[in-house]
Amino acid sequence: MELNAKIPAGPMETKWEKHQFNVKLVNPANRRKYKVIVVGSGLAGGSAAATLGQLGYDVSCFCYQDSARRAHSIAAQGGINAAKNYQNDNDSVFRLFHDTIKGGDFRSREANVYRLAQVSAAVIDQCVALGVPFAREYGGCLANRSFGGAQVSRTFYARGQTGQQLLLGAYSALSVQVALGQVKMYPRHEMLELVVTDGHARGIVVRNMVTGEITSHAADAVVLGTGGYSNAYCLSTNAKGCNATAIWRAHRKGALFANPCFTQIHPTCIPAAGEHQSKLTLMSESLRNDGRIWVPKQAGDRRNAWDIPESDRDYYLERKYPSYGNLAPRDISSRAAKQVCDEGRGVGPGGRGVYLDFAEAIGRLGESVIRERYGNLFEMYEQITGENSYKQPMRIYPAMHYVMGGLWVDYNLMSNIDGLYVIGEANFSDHGANRLGASALMQGLADGYFILPCTIGDYLARVSPSDRLKTDHAAFRQAEQDVKDRTSRLLSADGTRTVDSFHRELGALLWNNCGMERNEKGLREAMAKIPLLREEFWRNVKVPGSAADFNQSLEKAGRVADFMELAELIVYDALDRDESCGAHFREEHQTADGEAARDDARFSFVSAWEFKGIGQRPALHKEPLVFEYLQLTQRSYK
Amino acid sequence: MQLTVKDMTRIFSFSRTNVGSKVVLAATGAVIFLFLIGHMLGNLQIFEGPERLNAYAALLKSTGKLLWGARIMLLVAVTLHIVTAAKVTLANWRARPVGYTCKKNIETSYAARTMIITGPLVFLYVAYHLMMFTLLKTGPEYSETDVYANVVAAFKMPVISGVYIVAMLILGAHLYHGIWSMLQTVGIGNSRYRRLRRTVAPAVAIVIAAGYIAIPVAVLAGIVK
Amino acid sequence: MKLTLKIWRQDGPSQKGGLAAYPMDDVSPDMSFLEVMDMLNEQLIARGERPIAFDHDCREGICGSCGFMISGEAHGPVKLTTTCQLFMRHFRDGDTIIAEPFRSRAFPIIKDLVVDRSALDKIVQAGGFISARTGSAPDANAMLIPKDKADRAMDAAACIGCGACVAVCPNGSAMLFTAAKIGHLGLLPQGQPERRQRALRMVNKMDELGFGACSNHGECEAVCPKGISIDFIACMNRDYMRASATETMEPVKRV
Repeated sequence: MELNAKIPAGPMETKWEKHQFNVKLVNPANRRKYKVIVVGSGLAGGSAAATLGQLGYDVSCFCYQDSARRAHSIAAQGGINAAKNYQNDNDSVFRLFHDTIKGGDFRSREANVYRLAQVSAAVIDQCVALGVPFAREYGGCLANRSFGGAQVSRTFYARGQTGQQLLLGAYSALSVQVALGQVKMYPRHEMLELVVTDGHARGIVVRNMVTGEITSHAADAVVLGTGGYSNAYCLSTNAKGCNATAIWRAHRKGALFANPCFTQIHPTCIPAAGEHQSKLTLMSESLRNDGRIWVPKQAGDRRNAWDIPESDRDYYLERKYPSYGNLAPRDISSRAAKQVCDEGRGVGPGGRGVYLDFAEAIGRLGESVIRERYGNLFEMYEQITGENSYKQPMRIYPAMHYVMGGLWVDYNLMSNIDGLYVIGEANFSDHGANRLGASALMQGLADGYFILPCTIGDYLARVSPSDRLKTDHAAFRQAEQDVKDRTSRLLSADGTRTVDSFHRELGALLWNNCGMERNEKGLREAMAKIPLLREEFWRNVKVPGSAADFNQSLEKAGRVADFMELAELIVYDALDRDESCGAHFREEHQTADGEAARDDARFSFVSAWEFKGIGQRPALHKEPLVFEYLQLTQRSYK
Repeated sequence: MQLTVKDMTRIFSFSRTNVGSKVVLAATGAVIFLFLIGHMLGNLQIFEGPERLNAYAALLKSTGKLLWGARIMLLVAVTLHIVTAAKVTLANWRARPVGYTCKKNIETSYAARTMIITGPLVFLYVAYHLMMFTLLKTGPEYSETDVYANVVAAFKMPVISGVYIVAMLILGAHLYHGIWSMLQTVGIGNSRYRRLRRTVAPAVAIVIAAGYIAIPVAVLAGIVK
Repeated sequence: MKLTLKIWRQDGPSQKGGLAAYPMDDVSPDMSFLEVMDMLNEQLIARGERPIAFDHDCREGICGSCGFMISGEAHGPVKLTTTCQLFMRHFRDGDTIIAEPFRSRAFPIIKDLVVDRSALDKIVQAGGFISARTGSAPDANAMLIPKDKADRAMDAAACIGCGACVAVCPNGSAMLFTAAKIGHLGLLPQGQPERRQRALRMVNKMDELGFGACSNHGECEAVCPKGISIDFIACMNRDYMRASATETMEPVKRV
């Protein structure tokens, strides 16, 4: 299979504009004849459904939550980047492009990222017009902050709830279209199958999560904006319901899965309190601006933090990375935390945590300043742990947070299946091997508001609504039957272990062997164990209840079943990518300073995997990455 | 200003909405509230002696049309207040057809929750009160011109005083929530005035109840003879 | 900790429900309420009983999915907290905790503690938006918004749509939810053109859906996990009165 990214020719600055001119247009009067399915109602899916509705397409939007407003984009805290240069600090489209490519450790496409940076400004304009209450300066202008170690202040924010406010903006735009009947909303519906014939996406099969009814929906194009697959790791900062089923079903139907091993860890999360832990909570990285990270020098030191004298503390980030110190990048500080915990120097339950200490900052700036800066985060921490961080240090530990990998898409955001578009976190396109803080929201909205609504027309203009399949077509019948068979297999296993116990085991396996640090031995071990676990899952899982009912255990079982298959692909990719880059850190490949050592000669490509059957080795297709505008460099945070 | 049929329809349909109903309750409540203040100030003249109070009573009667105008307005306000309250209450009950096994009250006051009980109780008392002093003139040793003597004679009877005091306490409770509710409903909702509303409303309720109650207490205590 | 959970069990919308008691051992004070529910469900599945259905998703207090009445209070006894962020250290060893679904005519029960809150979506669809077509926006800084106004709009916009306000209101009223959206958009200059229509459409829709009226009890504000003030209800009433006096409600228009 030849991968054609369809990147327009010409200078970088004008590619997108020229492309917008070159795409075929659908006559406005004809648009209502085209049906488009959007799966997911987060920043990408919600904004896409709303905009496609405005353009006049007949849109159906599906989400598993009880309301479109609850998609997990809502939980993003920090902010959204845009190349506005409102702060007059030399920001520009080119600088945002440069920072994103470099941050992604040169494993993303230049053309896509440049377009993202170009569109970013319009995203902010659109959000403000929809009433997103971004933070303001006293003069009434928008406020910005610097985020995630960026040298410029280009992050727009709405307190610690930027994701919520952006999502509510997209949701309100979507609500207009629902009121007009332009978008039909299907909450509490989960996509369980993609229907493909002749290489074209024809529609989806969904389960009504209230009644259990399985129905088919046909369309001229299908858009997946279903988010990432961090929950394959069981414990992550994602919502409990986040899952990979939609993209995994598409992958099984032929869509290539790109860079699955590019998974991002967030360094400042609240550590697990015990076995019962159901999810991990992220705290803004901004805490690292004033907090100092340390662990006891001695392994097994069980004294209270305040009883450990300065001389017995190891401020390991400041020691190892004198110039960046506690602000060392996400992956570096995450790995450093894991290393000290592996040495037995971790703190808190299970010894999986490091201290983030504000005593010095409180002494220097006063408690009121710290309260003003981080009051809400300190409250959140106290709510969860019951500990007062003004009096004792916080405990933090890295957690799975975001995935850069996803379905492979071309410049048009179309997968290798015609008419199947993938947007937001669900695709692989813009963040390379590592995503910068505040860039996920930017990408989701850029895809949904501006890029997809333009590029999807190019495809629709070349197909005819009269070629749309009816839902009684054999392909739909077959897909429905497959869904029903899979469901009854899950229900009839009637084993002894709960879905959650399998999920925890799979998560631990991935986290330990394919988490922050990976090595060949661990990956091979995971590779051997995952198929066994999967086999036991299908044989020994216990799923109560029936298919024709509201059944949360069944929903979970279906998602975990797909994670079991996806997990293997993640490991294949991690094993195959025999280099370190960005968040993918192979212990075998590091510089003398413990930095990720890229191997550009061998691995400057996108790994796009083709499904070949369960338990079969997937086929690898490579899309070479060419850098015309930026020089490949090795980053250093010493 | 001329009200057209369209305006009337609009006002009518507004008054049927949830917010509209509450505005009707607030507006009619305000009329009743103003009456209560005026009535109280009139009554309190009892402390100035018989001449003053009797003269005031005579003055009221002499205004004729004006008095009837006020009475009609008051009657309309009371009727609307009662009808609307009944309608809103029924709608509210419909909105929560199944109750909780366990439900704690956090912010709401006893007065707020008993509006639908204190309201009818006050109404019953007012009916009795009117019968006694205005309509049937059933008071002991009733005199057409010596209001002062009528009041003193009536309140000398502990039963009449007792009922009156209890009724005024109930009225106070109704006002305690009613005044705050009125201000909130018509949208005097700036957070700057929030504390003011939350403290002034009960204070006014207490002043009104105390003002009314002062009279029977004074009679019983022999301060007013 | 040892606890007894009394949980509302109801098989479906039209079935009869009732409280069932579940004694729990080994509850850690560091568990969240929903983690205790997870643990109970694991035990129920192991025993071959039907697990308890409850809505939940982000488990960090922002998505608004979770929520039920916990011993008579929406989201439980801790202020400014959603059910998922309620930790067991706030209860005492030996406590009996009652969990009931949010109840309102507009929130029909689906199963156990799960209710259908789509009525809240319908209120937003009626008018809780600014009609700004994608691509039509002027530069974000073309409109200056005083910081205090933006901050106040943000106070209202923080609503997570959990429905606790409706659940605790003695009248099953959605005034706080509706007022928060009207307040958020009405405070911003972008929201002015549609301000009156928005008030008319949203408030009328709320009536139509069977929510009760506001009796100014203040229960909603007391349980709101985001601390949204009932001052916004007063503002909404003002908007609605002004709109009723000057405009007639019109259907939603194409953008």
